[in-house]
This record gives sequence, C-alpha cells and structure tokens, in this order.
Amino acid sequence: MKFTRRAFTGLVLGAATALGLVSGQAMAQTPPNVLVVGQIAEPQSLDPQHVSAVNDFRILMNVYDGLVRYKDGTLEVEPSLATDWTISEDGTEYTFNLREGVSFHDGSPFNAEAVVFNFERMIQEDHPYHTGTFPLAFYFSAIDTVEAVDDMTVKFKLNEPFAPFLSNLAYAAGLIVSKAAVEEHGEDFDRNPSGTGAFTFAEWQSNTRVVVERNPDYWDGAPPLEAIVYRPITDANTRVAEMLSGGIDVMVEVPPDNVSTFKQDASFTVYEQAGPHLWFLILNAKEGPFANKAMRQAVNYAVDKQSLVENVLQGTAAVASGPTPSAFNWAYNEDLEPYPYDPDKARELIAEAGMEGAELTFYVTEGGSGMLDPIAMGTAIQADLNEVGLNVSIETYEWNTFLGVVNPGLEGKADMAEMAWMTNSPDTLPYLALRTEAWPDKGGFNSGYYSNPEVDDLLQKARTSTDQAERADLYKQMQEIVYEDAPWLFVANWKQNAVTSARVENFKLQPSFFLMLQKVSKQ
Amino acid sequence: MAGYIVKRLLAMIPVLIGLSIIVFLIMAMIPGDPAQAILGNFATPENVARVNRELGLDKPLPQQYLIWVTNLLQGDFGRSYILNRPVLDEVLERFSATLILAGTSLVLCSIFGLLAGIVSAVRQFGWIDRTVTFFVLIGISMPSFWLGLLLILVFAVQWRVLPASGMFAIYGGGDLLDLARHLILPALTLAVVATGVIARLTRASMLEVLRQDYVRTARAKGLSERKVIYRHAFKAALVSVIPVIGIQAGFVLGGAVYIETVFQWPGIGAMLVKAISTRDILLVQGGVLVVAASYVLFNLIADVVQSLLDPRLKS
Repeated sequence: MKFTRRAFTGLVLGAATALGLVSGQAMAQTPPNVLVVGQIAEPQSLDPQHVSAVNDFRILMNVYDGLVRYKDGTLEVEPSLATDWTISEDGTEYTFNLREGVSFHDGSPFNAEAVVFNFERMIQEDHPYHTGTFPLAFYFSAIDTVEAVDDMTVKFKLNEPFAPFLSNLAYAAGLIVSKAAVEEHGEDFDRNPSGTGAFTFAEWQSNTRVVVERNPDYWDGAPPLEAIVYRPITDANTRVAEMLSGGIDVMVEVPPDNVSTFKQDASFTVYEQAGPHLWFLILNAKEGPFANKAMRQAVNYAVDKQSLVENVLQGTAAVASGPTPSAFNWAYNEDLEPYPYDPDKARELIAEAGMEGAELTFYVTEGGSGMLDPIAMGTAIQADLNEVGLNVSIETYEWNTFLGVVNPGLEGKADMAEMAWMTNSPDTLPYLALRTEAWPDKGGFNSGYYSNPEVDDLLQKARTSTDQAERADLYKQMQEIVYEDAPWLFVANWKQNAVTSARVENFKLQPSFFLMLQKVSKQ
Repeated sequence: MAGYIVKRLLAMIPVLIGLSIIVFLIMAMIPGDPAQAILGNFATPENVARVNRELGLDKPLPQQYLIWVTNLLQGDFGRSYILNRPVLDEVLERFSATLILAGTSLVLCSIFGLLAGIVSAVRQFGWIDRTVTFFVLIGISMPSFWLGLLLILVFAVQWRVLPASGMFAIYGGGDLLDLARHLILPALTLAVVATGVIARLTRASMLEVLRQDYVRTARAKGLSERKVIYRHAFKAALVSVIPVIGIQAGFVLGGAVYIETVFQWPGIGAMLVKAISTRDILLVQGGVLVVAASYVLFNLIADVVQSLLDPRLKS
C-alpha cells in the first residue's frame, strides 16, 4: 500500500511539474531586431583562413571585410577595404590603396601591415602564426611576395599573370583578420575572431549558437539589426519544424519537399537564386563506350534533365547547358541551349556507334556538398539510360569515400560518376577538371581524362589575360567546344533557397551563396 | 567488494587500449582522409599533401599513434581538425549533454517500466495487463526517430507549447527550467523503447517469482496481498531486472545518436557521427574512449547493485 501511494503521489507531482513547465511560459518568439538564422551545421571556425564551407562563410561575411567584395547581386568585384587598385601591364603586380580610418573590432588599426600579415600567415608554412589548416590557401598560391609600400598601400607580386586573383580576394579566404587578435589568442583565434565587418563577434556557445552584434562604427554604415544569432540545426526536418514553430527567422537550404509548404503560407517568404554551381556526370573518355564522342553526346540526349529538376529536385535547380553556370553572367555563353531530351536521337547515335546494350558502371554518392539529391537523381538517370538500351549498374558510396575513389580517376573502375562543383570564378572548374594537364596523375580533377589541346590553350590564355572582355570571349569559345565534345553529362545548376518569416525585411540571396545581412532588418 | 571493483577497473585498461588501436586502424583504412574532408572538391594531391603536413598526418601510422598515446598520458587529447578546438573540451561538453539526456530517460524508463511490469504481472491476463501490453508492444516496435518527429509536430509546431529542438532557448533562458522544457520531448522519445523492454522483463520475472513457494508461504501467513507483492515478490524480481537496466543504459546511450540528431541535442552521438564522416580521427578517438569507458562503468555499477541486492552473489 505504502509503495503505491508514494508512487502515485510521485506521478501526480511529476505530471504537475511537467504541466507547469509546459504552460508556465508561453513559447518565446524571437525578439525584435535580433535575427535568428538556422544554419545547416556548427561552424568549423570563425577564422576565415581556416574554413572552406559555405555554411561558415554565412557568418564570416558579416564579421569581416576583404580588400574587395562582390557587387550586390553579381560575381563582379568592387572596392571594399581597398578603395582602388592598379594592375601592371604584364598582369603580375597588383597595387591596392587602402581605406583610411578603419579599425578592427579589437581597436587595432586596419593598415598595410595588417594586410601583409594576413597573406604571409596564410601562404608561408613556417610563419609563426601558420597554425592549423589553411584549406583555401591555394587560392593565393600565385602570390610571390606581398609588401607594404607605405602605411596605406599594399603591393602583391605574382609568379605569373593570374586573372582570377581579384575574384579570389573577394572570396572568404581573402577576408582580413586582426593581427593584434591573432597574436593575442594564437590557436584560439578560431573562437575569438576580430575583423572590420558590420557585426562584431559576441559569443560562441558550442553546438548551440554563435552571436554577433551590431558594429556601430562600421565604415559602410552601421547595420539595422542589433544582433544575429546563428543556430546549427543539422537535420533538415528539424530545421523546417523550427521555422514553422517560430524558433528561427531565416532558414537556408530548404529541402525541395518543403518549399511549396512555405510558398503557400503568407507568413513566410521564399527566396531563390541561381548560383555558380554545376551538377554533372563525369564520363570516362579514356576507355569503354564513352571513349567514343557520339556515345557521350548520346547520353546527353538520353537523359530528361527537365524532368530531373522539376520532379526530383522540385524546381530547386535549373537545367545546365554546358560547363559554365549562367551565374557567371559575363563569361557565360548565352547561345548554348541545353542538349534536348531526345531518346530517338540517342538510340540512333548508340546504334551508329554499335554500342547497343552496353554495360556501364555508374558511381553514385549518398550525399555531399552541392550534390543535391544524388541517389534519387542517380536512379532517375539510370532509368533514362535503360530506356535507350544501355545497362547501367549503380555503385553507391558515402561522400568522403566517393571522393577517394573518383578523384584518382575512373580508369579501370567506372564509366561515369556524379559530381558537383561550386566556384567563385569561371576559371576554376574547367582549369582544374577539363585540361589535359589536370588529369588525376598530374594532380588535377579531370577524372574522366578529357583532352582537347584547343581547350587547354583557351583556358591558359583566359587565365593570364587581365582584360575581362577578352577573357569572356575565350571562355565562350571554350564552352562551345566542350559542349560539342561532351566530356560530361551536363545536368543542373542549383538554385540556393532560403525562407524568412514575414517580419524580416530587405533580405536578399547572392549568386556567391554568401549571406549578406548588413542591410537586413526585422520588426 | 572493493578488491573486485578495483580488479574490474584495471581490466578496463587493456580494453580501452585495444579499442583505441582498432578505432585508429579503421579510421586509417577507410578511404578518404581528413585533408580530403577539409578540402572537398579542392583536394588536389598538392593541397592534400600541404594540409596533411599542417595536420602532422605525413608521418607513418605507428608514429602517429605513439604521438597520440604519449600526449594522452599527459592529459592532452589533441586538437580536432574540423572544429579547431581541443578534443577534450568538445568531448566533455558533448558527453555531459548526452548524460543529462540519457540519464533522464533512464530514470523515466526504469520508473515506468517497473510499474507497468508489476501491474501487468499482478493482473495477468486481466484488462489492465492487456492494455499495458498493447502499449508496451507499440512502444517497442515504433522507430524512435519517427516518434520524435511526431512529437515535435504536435507539441512544437501545432500546439507551440514545447521547443522543437536544442538544449537551451536561443535567446534568454539558460536556467534549469529552460533545460527541463527542452528535455521533455527527447527524453520521453528515448525512454519509450527501453520502457517497453523493462516492462516485459519485469512482468516475466514477477510472474516467475509469484509462483515460488515462499510467496505462497507469505500469503499463508496472512500478509496483505500488497505486502506480498512489493516486499517479497518485487524485491526478488528486481535482482534479475537490474542487469537489464544496466544494459538498457548502454542502449539508451547508443539510441541517443538518432534522438540527438532529431532534436538537435548537442550530445556525443551526433558529434561522433559527424567526426567519422569528416575523418576527424582525434575527435573520434577521444569520443569513443569516453563512451566505452562509461559503458564499462555502467555495467560495473549494475553488477555491484545486483550483488548488493542478491545475497547469493555476495560471496
């Protein structure tokens, strides 16, 4: 008797406490003028030179500035911490005049010394503050020396002319950190960041939140928001639930299945922006059926890309026409139309090549950055290819394992493999993945062994020319040839998306995939 | 008893060393390396070599392991490649979050499981037994991550009475009440399966005990039915249930992985999954060591409690 009574009382008390917890406090809405952002993961670091993930850039871009930045809504550079610059005739010397009167959040001045420190720390492996990893240091491997001409002038000397240099300076690794803060915190600078940006770092509670606060002295005008709270929510379903329950104000990377839910609800706004992203299949041009150009074109005709982006990706991507995403508006060849869906034409080409019923091995990954919905897409592609009489067998790998088998090259292993890239310059992907000099054994990512001397030549020229019009012309020629040669099966360009609550104003997505919150406000 | 506990603790050491070597080898054998994970698309051999130098991974494997062990003996678990912070800081923070979650649900499942089991056994084949068994079976069969998502939809999205995820409120909060509010849904979800298992076992072992001669004797003495059940039968049945609770402690720790992901609970399960996929070997090593040590400890505690309860095991 005693036991039951006690247990019963315990139960009643427990239930009462639980009820109290439930009703005692109304669900807190996020406070006004503080923006809560649902991120896809915990940041790796808040040192811009230690990171490589877009997820981290979404914080860093609001805390730091670079010498230059991408002009709103484009991938073209404009002045930021540098007010102007000159480039020498031969394209190997860049001289920047720095903005006067700018201070880091820790109070130390922004000057030429700070800039020199940043780049020397990144590229010199024996630098006293070169601790940890610098994954994007290769963006600046063209730098030979960097020197302070005077207090407010910096000169970079390059090993060779390197046209993407300015664009790389606008990327995350080009963001300028405070020398004083790095010297003070050493290895712990990762968690004690100090930049010149619109928001100053306030707090990082591991796996819970990163908080940044308004910088009232920001050189480009103090931002309207008082603070931004970044919450890591790795599970996409949970992120959606948090958005629906009002726990976050902004959500990035909305799963395709949920976009329509948010679109139909007036209390949310959905944003979409095509980015410099390409989803494609690498075709093994060295051996097997795809050594034949007609076969590579045939599969480009055989796959219904429109159906892929509409049904599998539910409108979160656009059909890709060639190797260069349309987000690089100045370098993109608008004359190219995507290979049409034409299974009859595909069958014809396959018959001409005498490859009916060919057996193909297809590497598919389970996930991975920029890979969208790789398994569903892989099986849809397999079905389309079966339709035209090709027997495709899929092998699936976890992302890191996948990179480990694909990057060393497909020779002797597979005929095709999924791949996706997101880059900041139209130069990067073709230079690293289409040149003969970029075959895997030479240290590149041309895992399908495509080789065309004309393309090699065009890419080399475009990389060294400092005239943007000339570069645009060279890239457009390259796209035509690659389109015709079809070393890849061109599939889709991802449209990044985001949802905000109706309280958020002036929100905008950028083609760089950075999240710029300097002008955003919230009621 | 003290000697026995010391012996069991000492036996942990070779287990942990062996485990760390196995984990180290597995991490070295699976394709893809930390440099690859850090560089992603940009993992050219040249870049990989540079990042490996920066991480000290260009040294031969045995040397890497020895460096790790030497540092470990000095209390240095190393630095996480991916998180750019000391492994020990991360592991302790994550593990205490898991302990709070797993501990709460262990208490919940023990209470509910034992109660449900006793009631079922005493009213065997009655309607209470049938009802309890029905719900217990549903609990055992339901995938817990799915239950978690359902609870979020009902309590956080529809009714908005409990937070959907996290351990503390994002703005304000941070006190015990706040923690309790965030704990309710994940702890319940995690407890459901273990409650079912404990309930079934308690029922079986109670039924067995209730048929024993000494129970009949107790009844014959004229003791009230409640005294018979709780003072005589339940105590005896508990002896065989306690080790199961010990095993359930391990199960709850393991099950926490899914639940932590669904509820964004910043625990060690979610950390290990991420660390493995990013090949963050030092973080994996540190996390596995702590989890393995605690698993062994829980079983030890269960054994000790059992021997205290059961006079036959005391010798």
